[in-house]
Order: sequence, then C-alpha cells, then structure tokens
Amino acid sequence: MDLRTYVLRRLALMTFVLFGIIVITFIVSHVIPADPIGAILGPQAPPELVEKIRKEWGFDRPLHEQFIEYVINLLQGNLGKSIRTNRPVSQDLIRFFPATIELATAAMIVAIAIGIPLGIISAVKKDKWPDHISRIFALLGVSMPVFWLGLIMLFILYYQLGIFPGPGRLDPSITPPPRITGLLTIDSLLTGNITAFLNAVWHLILPSFVLGYYASASIARITRSALLEAFAQDFIRTARSKGLPERIVLFRHALRNALIPTTTVIGMTYGSLLEGAVLTETIFAWPGLGRYATGSFLSVDFMAVIGSTLLIAVVYSLANLIVDILYAFLDPRIRYA
Amino acid sequence: MHKVVLMLKGTLEYFKSEDFRINLILIRKSPLTVLGIVLVIFLLSVAILAPVISPYNPLKQDLKHRLQPPSWQHPFGTDQLGRDILSRVIWGSRISLSISMVVVAFSFVVGTNIGIVSGYFSGKIDETLMRLTDMFMAFPRLVLALAVAAALGPGLFNTMIAIAFVSWVYYARLARASTLQVRGETYIEAARAIGASDKRILFLHILPMIMAPVIVQATLDMGGVILTAAGLGFLGLGAQPPTPEWGVMVSEGRRFIVEQWWVSTFPGLAILLATLGFNLMGDGINDILNVRARR
Repeated sequence: MDLRTYVLRRLALMTFVLFGIIVITFIVSHVIPADPIGAILGPQAPPELVEKIRKEWGFDRPLHEQFIEYVINLLQGNLGKSIRTNRPVSQDLIRFFPATIELATAAMIVAIAIGIPLGIISAVKKDKWPDHISRIFALLGVSMPVFWLGLIMLFILYYQLGIFPGPGRLDPSITPPPRITGLLTIDSLLTGNITAFLNAVWHLILPSFVLGYYASASIARITRSALLEAFAQDFIRTARSKGLPERIVLFRHALRNALIPTTTVIGMTYGSLLEGAVLTETIFAWPGLGRYATGSFLSVDFMAVIGSTLLIAVVYSLANLIVDILYAFLDPRIRYA
Repeated sequence: MHKVVLMLKGTLEYFKSEDFRINLILIRKSPLTVLGIVLVIFLLSVAILAPVISPYNPLKQDLKHRLQPPSWQHPFGTDQLGRDILSRVIWGSRISLSISMVVVAFSFVVGTNIGIVSGYFSGKIDETLMRLTDMFMAFPRLVLALAVAAALGPGLFNTMIAIAFVSWVYYARLARASTLQVRGETYIEAARAIGASDKRILFLHILPMIMAPVIVQATLDMGGVILTAAGLGFLGLGAQPPTPEWGVMVSEGRRFIVEQWWVSTFPGLAILLATLGFNLMGDGINDILNVRARR
C-alpha cells in the first residue's frame, strides 16, 4: 500500500468514526435522559407545558425520525440554540474554542519539553537514581488531580508569592487585541501589540504547566520504553562497535527510532489535554470550551452539551487521524501491515 | 459453585508455588512497587475501618468551630460547616474505592468478554464490535462521561454508570489484541482437534492466558477511575454534597483557598495518594510480567 492509498483509507474510516460520534451524541441526548424536558422545566411544570415542549423538540416522534432530523440539522451546521446564553450553539463554540486551542497547544509544548528529555534521561540512566526520580515525577503526573494541582499552584504562586498572574487570559488593565484568530498571543503579535502579547504569555504559563505536566508523564514513559527497545537492537550494537560516540548513537540512531511511537502518544495525549482543559479552565477562569461545556452540563443545556461534546470528539479524532498519517509517513513499515 | 471451589483451589496452589516465590522476590527488589502495594493496602484498611478510626461523624456540623486550622483536635482542620476534614477524608475513601471497584469490575467483565469473542471469531462479529469501540474511543473519556452524567443527572450511582459506559472499550480492545496473539497457538489447535467446543476453548484455554495484561490494565484503571470520579464530583456532576467525596470536598474548599488552604488541600492529597498507589502497583506488576516473559 502506498502512502496515498493509506491516507485515503484512513479518511474513509474517519467518516465512519464521525458517523459514530453523531450516533453516540444522539444516544446521549435523546435516549439516555430519563426525562430531558423535566430536567429543564423542573418538577413543578404544568403537564400541558411539558407536552408542548415535547412536541416542539420532537421527542414525541419515533426515534429514527428524530435521528434523521438530528443528522440533517448537524449537516447544515445547525447545532440548536443554547438555553443558557440564548445564542446559537455554533456561535458560542466559535467564540470559546480558540481559548482552549491556545491553552492546549501551550500545554502540549510544555508536555513535550518536559516529557522527552525526562524519558531520555530515564532510559540512558536506567535503574539508577535519575531514572527513579524521573519515573516518580512522571507517575506523580498521571496520578495528580489536575483541578487540585491548579488550585494549589494558584494558591502558592499567585496568592502567596505573587510570582504569576491570577486567573484569566489577560490582566484587566490590558486592552485585548482585536479578534482575528481568537488566539490572544497570535492576535496581539499580528497587531504588533507587544504588551498584550507578553501579558497573554505570562497568563498562559501556569495553566499550561498544570495541564502539560499530566501529559508529560505519558510522553516520558513511552520515550523511555521506546529508547530502551531501540538500545536492545542490532543496529545500535553495530553503531557502538564502530566506535561512534555515545552521543551520536543516542541522538542520531536510537532517538530517531524511538520518536516514532512517541509521536503517536503525543497525538493521543492531545485528547487528554482537551479533557484536562475542562477541569483546568474551571480553576483558572479560562473562558474556553471546557468552561462553556461545564456550564452547560450543569444547567442541563442540552443543545450546548451535545455541541461541545461533538466538537471535542471531532477535534480529538482529527488529532488521532493526523498522527496516524504522520506515523505512516515516518515509518513505512506501518503501511504494509 | 463447583467452579468457584476450583478457582479458590487454584489460587491457593499458586500461593504455594515456585512462581509466586519468584514474583515475591521481584516485587521486593522494586521499592516503588512495594510503596504502591503499601499505599493500596493502607487505603483499603482505611476504607474498611472507617467507622472505627474516624474521630468524628463526617456529616456532623459544628458551626461554632468552622474553618479551624489543623490542630490536635482536628488534624486536618474543619470545613465551612465545622465538619472534621480528617473524618471526611477517611469516609471518602469508601466512596472513591466503591466507585472504582464497581466501574472496573463491570468494565473488566463486559469488556473482556466482548474482546475475546471478537478476537476469537474474527470476521463480521469482530469488524462490528471493533467499529463500535472506535465510536466510543473517538471521545476523551472524561468528556463523554460528563455528557452521560449530565443526561442521567448527578449522583453517586449515575457516576458509576457514566464512567462504566465509557470504560469497557479499553478492556475490549486489550482482550481482543491478546486473544489474537494466542489464537493461533498449537495448544488451541489441539483443543479444537479433540473436539472442544468454542465456549470451552474461549473460557478454559484463552481467557486464563490473556488475564495478565488485563489485570495490569485494571489495576492502573482503578487509579484512573478514582481521578475521573473525583473530576466529576469536582465539577458538580458526580456525588453531591454533603457526601464526603474527595472531588466534592476540593470543590467546596475552593472558595476558601486563600485564607483556609487546608479545606481543599487534604482531600486533594488523598486523591493523589490513592491514585498513585494503584499506578505504582500496576506499573510494578507490569514490569514483573515483562521480566518474566523475557526470560
């Protein structure tokens, strides 16, 4: 199979997964709720009103009809209207999503910057104390409740020591740059507003560290085990017996091979970042998708619940798709499997 | 009943065997694994002994002594309603453990069964079941659990359903992959040749062989489920106040973090230690199985 066929096949599979996402969100919104209307109106609502809203929402029609209508609406980009914000859900999503992308991307950079060096140290010094320390550090990362870590970091570094800024994306005294992409760092750079740029980066550090630390753990783990596996192979022994310096064996030979599985994990990690963003944004008052989603979950704002779940799932699957394709590009053996 | 007796006998024999002794030696050589096991045993004992060791009633309010800092009377301090935080953390271990045990047990049984059937029969059944798992895996776990919890309404029992709903797929995938590895082995072929039924082969010959990786996954997942459940509780979609659930407690203490840091800190620490224990233990078991497989 050449690369093109492989990519086409993955894309075909992707449409299937997208269909699956739609089916599951439909189940969650139309089948599971014991009493969706009751949840919105409360137990004291008069029965006539409940009946009216049931009709309006189409809950009285057979399931397959509801499903077809649901899909048609989705395909037209119609995600319904949010009860809470009284705006179309699609507009809300566009408004809140960039903040999450900015946070998740910054966190990804932090995670890679911590995870890969940690994994390398761990593998090179296997079973010695640097290995133990970096493994403990990584294990603490996967065991840490992010919402708690965020709270403690805010408490120490903001309230107590005042080193980092508090919650939010910008200081209140700073005028946000005009909205172009919605990413404050990019927008402020595009408009040449250096003060806003620095302030936005400054605000990003704490939340992206909290979020990235969790992700760095799995990256460190996989880098370590992939490197150890590479070290055990014949071509490394050949390289060493040729008398190549260990530095070159490590960076030129072993690491290149080890980075292939690491790429996959980095892609999968993006999903856990989106997940973590839901919790981190709550702590850092970050006006992103996660906070929007949580708000709508809590107020049983169904259209918004489904819209944000759908968007997160689509981004997550796209990230995985890109990783798979990248993987096949980096390692031709995958394509023949 | 007969089967249970056989299983117990098998377990007893295992504890007497050479295998078990070698494993014990390997465990002792890894201090991190020992630490994990100690943490898990500690957590289990705290949960079991909660009524005996908890100094106060976890729900009893004492408005005269609200938000007291840690002291000899209240080692972890008191919360906004004057409840003793140490007692609430102790009772919270029961909640976190029971959520994760129920969820893991359910996902383990359902996922493994689906996985081995899928891997063993291959063809259309396999294709259908695996596409089904693809659909579930398109969602980050916490996000889908949140959506389900929102649809069901908050509460302890619904938390379990929501997390289990999204967790079984990982077991199914793992069990399937392991089944594919052993399916072609000669002993399976031999069993088929002497006329063993599919059911017999699946449960007597394949299931025991694939248990090891699934058990490792389940151990690690105990920690994962504790974290997810705490996240749900923290966001207000899991257990509800006044339940002494750790995530709920962290969330309640958020308002007081600046002046009364202890309200959020101790429950969060409990989540961290519980999860860490299961992760260290799972990692250790995994290493040992790998070492043994390599020999």
